[in-house]
Amino acid sequence: MRIDIPDFSLVVLIGSTGSGKSTFAAKHFLPTEIISSDRCRGLVADDETDQGVTVDAFDLVREIAGKRLKHRKLAVLDATNVRTADRKPWIELARKWHALPVAIVIDPGIDVCIERNRTRPERNFGGQVVQRMTSEIRRGLGGLQREGFRQVWKLSGVDSIEGAAVTRQPLWTDKRHDRGPFDIIGDVHGCADEFQALLARLGYRVEWSGDGDRSVKVTPPEGRKAIFVGDLVDRGPNSPDVLRIAMSMTADGIAYAVQGNHDRKLERWLAGRNVTIAHGLQQTIDQLAGEDRSFRDAVKNFLDDLRSHVWIDGGRLAVAHAGLKEEMIGRGSGAVREFALFGETTGETDEFGLPVRADWAASYRGPTTVVYGHTPVVRADWVNNTLCIDTGCVFGGKLTALRWPEKELVDVPAVQVWSEPIRPLRAPPASASAQADADEVLDIRDVSGRRWIDTELKGRVVVAEENAAAALEAMSRFSLAPQWLAYLPPTMSPSETSARDGWLERPEEAFAHFRERGIDEVVCEEKHMGSRAVIALCTTAEAARARFGIAGEETGAIWTRTGRAFFNESATTEALLARLRSAVQDAGLWDELSTDWLLFDAEIMPWSAKAGSLIESQYAPVAASSRAGLAAAVEALAQAGSRGLETSDIRNRFIDRARRAELYGKAWAPYVWPVKGVDDLKVAPFHLLASEGRVWFDQDHVWHMNLADRLATSANGVVTRTQWRTVALVSEEATRDAIGWWEDVTAGGGEGMVVKPRAFIAKGKRGLIQPALKVRGQEYLRIIYGPEYDVPENLVRLRERSLGGKRNLALREFALGHEALKRFVAREPLRRVHECVFAVLALESEPIDPRL
Amino acid sequence: MFLSIATTYRPATDLGFLLHKHPDRLHEIELTFGKALLFYPEAEQTRCEATLVLDVDPIGLVRGKGRADGLLDQYVNDRPYAASSFLSVALNKAFRTAMSGVCNARQELAGSVIPLEAVVTPLPMRGGEKLLRALFEPLDWRVEIDPVAGPDGAGSSLYARLRLTGEARLSALLNHLYVLIPVMDDAKHYWVGDDEIDKLLARGEGWLDRHPSKELIVRRYLRHRGILARAALARLAPETEEEAAETGSRVAAEDAIEAPIRLNDERMTAVVEALRAAGAKSIADLGCGEGKLLQQLVRERWVERLVGLDPAANVLERAVKRLKLNQPGGPPEGRVLLLHGSLTYRDERWAGVDAAALVEVIEHLDPDRLPLVERVVFGEHRPPVVVVTTPNAEYNALFPTLAAGAFRHPDHRFEWTRAEFEAWAGRIASTYGYRTSVGGIGRRDDLLGAPTQMAVFSR
Repeated sequence: MRIDIPDFSLVVLIGSTGSGKSTFAAKHFLPTEIISSDRCRGLVADDETDQGVTVDAFDLVREIAGKRLKHRKLAVLDATNVRTADRKPWIELARKWHALPVAIVIDPGIDVCIERNRTRPERNFGGQVVQRMTSEIRRGLGGLQREGFRQVWKLSGVDSIEGAAVTRQPLWTDKRHDRGPFDIIGDVHGCADEFQALLARLGYRVEWSGDGDRSVKVTPPEGRKAIFVGDLVDRGPNSPDVLRIAMSMTADGIAYAVQGNHDRKLERWLAGRNVTIAHGLQQTIDQLAGEDRSFRDAVKNFLDDLRSHVWIDGGRLAVAHAGLKEEMIGRGSGAVREFALFGETTGETDEFGLPVRADWAASYRGPTTVVYGHTPVVRADWVNNTLCIDTGCVFGGKLTALRWPEKELVDVPAVQVWSEPIRPLRAPPASASAQADADEVLDIRDVSGRRWIDTELKGRVVVAEENAAAALEAMSRFSLAPQWLAYLPPTMSPSETSARDGWLERPEEAFAHFRERGIDEVVCEEKHMGSRAVIALCTTAEAARARFGIAGEETGAIWTRTGRAFFNESATTEALLARLRSAVQDAGLWDELSTDWLLFDAEIMPWSAKAGSLIESQYAPVAASSRAGLAAAVEALAQAGSRGLETSDIRNRFIDRARRAELYGKAWAPYVWPVKGVDDLKVAPFHLLASEGRVWFDQDHVWHMNLADRLATSANGVVTRTQWRTVALVSEEATRDAIGWWEDVTAGGGEGMVVKPRAFIAKGKRGLIQPALKVRGQEYLRIIYGPEYDVPENLVRLRERSLGGKRNLALREFALGHEALKRFVAREPLRRVHECVFAVLALESEPIDPRL
Repeated sequence: MFLSIATTYRPATDLGFLLHKHPDRLHEIELTFGKALLFYPEAEQTRCEATLVLDVDPIGLVRGKGRADGLLDQYVNDRPYAASSFLSVALNKAFRTAMSGVCNARQELAGSVIPLEAVVTPLPMRGGEKLLRALFEPLDWRVEIDPVAGPDGAGSSLYARLRLTGEARLSALLNHLYVLIPVMDDAKHYWVGDDEIDKLLARGEGWLDRHPSKELIVRRYLRHRGILARAALARLAPETEEEAAETGSRVAAEDAIEAPIRLNDERMTAVVEALRAAGAKSIADLGCGEGKLLQQLVRERWVERLVGLDPAANVLERAVKRLKLNQPGGPPEGRVLLLHGSLTYRDERWAGVDAAALVEVIEHLDPDRLPLVERVVFGEHRPPVVVVTTPNAEYNALFPTLAAGAFRHPDHRFEWTRAEFEAWAGRIASTYGYRTSVGGIGRRDDLLGAPTQMAVFSR
């Protein structure tokens, strides 16, 4: 006998002890597919025959089988499964995971079983057991279907058992081998004219022949196939012709059709079942009245044959009438069929008496794209990788198709309103898109716990659970709404430590770093001493709402490297945005980049604007206290010296310390100026991160700095010019020049410079290269490391700093930031952008020396 | 940091005996964080002055010694320079014998009241001149304070040069300085150990118990233990560090403002009563903090299941302790579940409760994030009953210690009047299909209402 089972099913072996189940299983299934109750007894109690642990052993069987089914793997239950009660849990398990339960009954005959057991000392329990089991199994045979088994195979006698062959078939819904391309067509509802118009627009040729015997032949564009999302019939003017086309196309293998609730109801009516005639069924019945018997039979068979859904294109796409949850795709059960037909309802009804639909798409997280219909919407909008393409043609909307894999929408308008909707078509949500609406609420599962994020630049980036936990409070209590935060900047490592006397950092090491990694040319940019800011700038509040999905009147946002609002007052933010907007206008960027929003990476000066409290609480006290204490000590030492105590060495040391304390007090003077209003603020953008449809990481830093220069020429003066230059690392002269330039900049009170490979994304033999290294000036480092950092014995110790952690962090954050932008620009669901941004914040909680 | 001790007792050079340090030598004293220098700028019969200068190693302070951790807080700071508990440690090391009042050579003098003078600079002025005087004047010291100016004259309120003059036993002066310098500094000390309480009691013997500011001294002296728990958060947002360090005191501040009217107790009682009246068996305390409400609820027999949610992991740890979770004698497993989470995210872990409480939570949310939290609580989770409390801003006028227009807590993003709260509650009710009743908690003022407002939502 050929036992033909679905390749995804729960196979329940039924047979008395000694019937040869294990032998049969081993012959036809992989060892990993077989879950044996005896084996589990052994795992629990070291004894495969220990009946005392039966309950726990079966818990284990259920657990293992459940895990396999969860991962869509076939499972074979090797136990006697004699009584209905024994089998009931397996039916429930199969139902839970939407797997088809299959029973294989193995009955070689009582004598054979007894004989086999006789030779096995551990099973020496005499003939009655086998007799009782076998008779119980035989009694239950007739009821197996009723118990819920979708297939029942009976193997009676040794020959039949030994002659059996097990073959596996893909589920009817599993068409993953079919790679398309496809045209998925929304709910037609008998709108035959619009249907043909849409097919024509998609490039299908529809030819009718004959007058009496209306038949139709459809020729698709080369290689393409159509998929109908169901509800071909009812409400509309000509369901029979719609059916003719669909039936012809499926028969020719150039279309798939999934079943809609209207299709099913029509089929039940045609089969003579008692159905309530409503919701447009009457029209179809009337239209079919003129058709002959054979057509009606063909329709009935066609409709009866329709599947709940189709899983296609290597598993990348699923089409179901009312949508499908992730855990149902490519599986089969009553629940799958019901869901695919009706979707999910909350059990409530609305003011029109129609069921309130639960928004399964809002919480959809699956990698498989789901395209569906059923719920008429005004506009087909992507939500979490799902798309409803029922645009209510029969209600006077339009008939929509999705071209796959192009993801291109094609539609034709309804010729007229064919049917009045009971409930008005769902108006577009108040926010900019269905996705924005679904994105309003993020789920804690998307950010908490240990997380893995796949990035294009650096593969999988891992975020430890404790880091995610640390970021949760910062993100939820202090940062801007996630809708704004499309990006957080990566940390930046300093150059390798300089060995030169009196220095901790110098350009030579930065140049060497990149030269050793095969970079020929770098861009050196003056490092402004301000505060890092990410700026989202939109042309209007409307553009901001459309792109960022926020609800307010803001025309953009400015945030710090930890995602907090840069300014406490929104009026300051708006005033600065207005100036930047006019600078962008002056430079003509809106048109040139054809965008109505821009995302900049920038520095905002003065330092004191944002770091005022930091200066007050951290740096000024160091200056004041070091001066006061050291001065008092110098004076006392002088006095002690004057009465003859030998203190001169110590006094000189304290004089030197006091001098450095004085220098400390002056170090940040260039970075501090009073800010009375927005006029006193300066912005130095250095990266254009993204604009509509584009992440600008593919342009090199010369492009970015040229853009910054153009913004700086604007008359309103809010954008300050950043000094920069390219340096050919092979040229000794060029590097010497650059070093001289850096020395000048830092001697004049500049913070230092940032050295970047010319390409925004630079890769070497060992992967991603640091996107930037900073080289900070001597006096600036004094602020960071303290007044006395450059005393030789201190410098010796400070040189022992490890940069590995910081560099690794910089690369991971860079990759995450790039990933966030890429997803943002591709209009992926907010959670997909947010998880990257959240991860950057989480990584920032790793303990790294903050002075690096 | 700099400390000098002088006397005009004659012969003044006996100070050398009292301190057990010869006036004509330069003494170096090794300390774990650097060294101290002790020398005498003046050693005459009429006046003698000993100076203690701390030479703290700023790099060692950050890096630690050997394999030991240094300060986790690696930002540059004033610790190597400002008078702090480091100075106390140095005092103890340099003058241990003198501090205990023992002097073999001049025991009688050690027990005598003599004219003394001390200078400390730069002394942190946390609490200002008023506090400084309140600390030393009850001990009969004349106090002179000179502000220490910053580089550009700024920051002059941060430090001062303190000069004390008076007549006392030398050991008394040293003990006063030992205890009160760290109290003025009121900052983290990284080597506070369990014996610190004993040390305080020993150094405060004979004066601390009758000092009018005794409680403040003890509280500040012992306050900053275990403060580094929030280091991870501080690294994320250095600007919050100050706030993080101060959290304890700020909560205390709000409590202090409201304490005279025992508002916290009344609030808890009112919320528990509202939940009981609603018939809730399973309750989520959203923004549970240290678990004060949960602690009340866990004692109630009608409560079957409790969930506490808070975004601050360290606060939840305190709640675990308060509620004795996973401890013998604590609530049975499964009765109380604490969740690290945030109201800005949907969270299935607390789904299906009968009621949710947001006690003094909404005012900690930025107004532009509030709609999201409303949607998560009332739109997504939809517990049948929600109890919300928030301050009544009008009542603030009746708190004597609260400045006009100030909020009760520095982290409050807003405080609402009764009209504002009622409007909010009405909008929530109509948007999300709830009924609401709004009332007050605490003693009601005829004009300004009750100090706390409460809304009970049900559907």
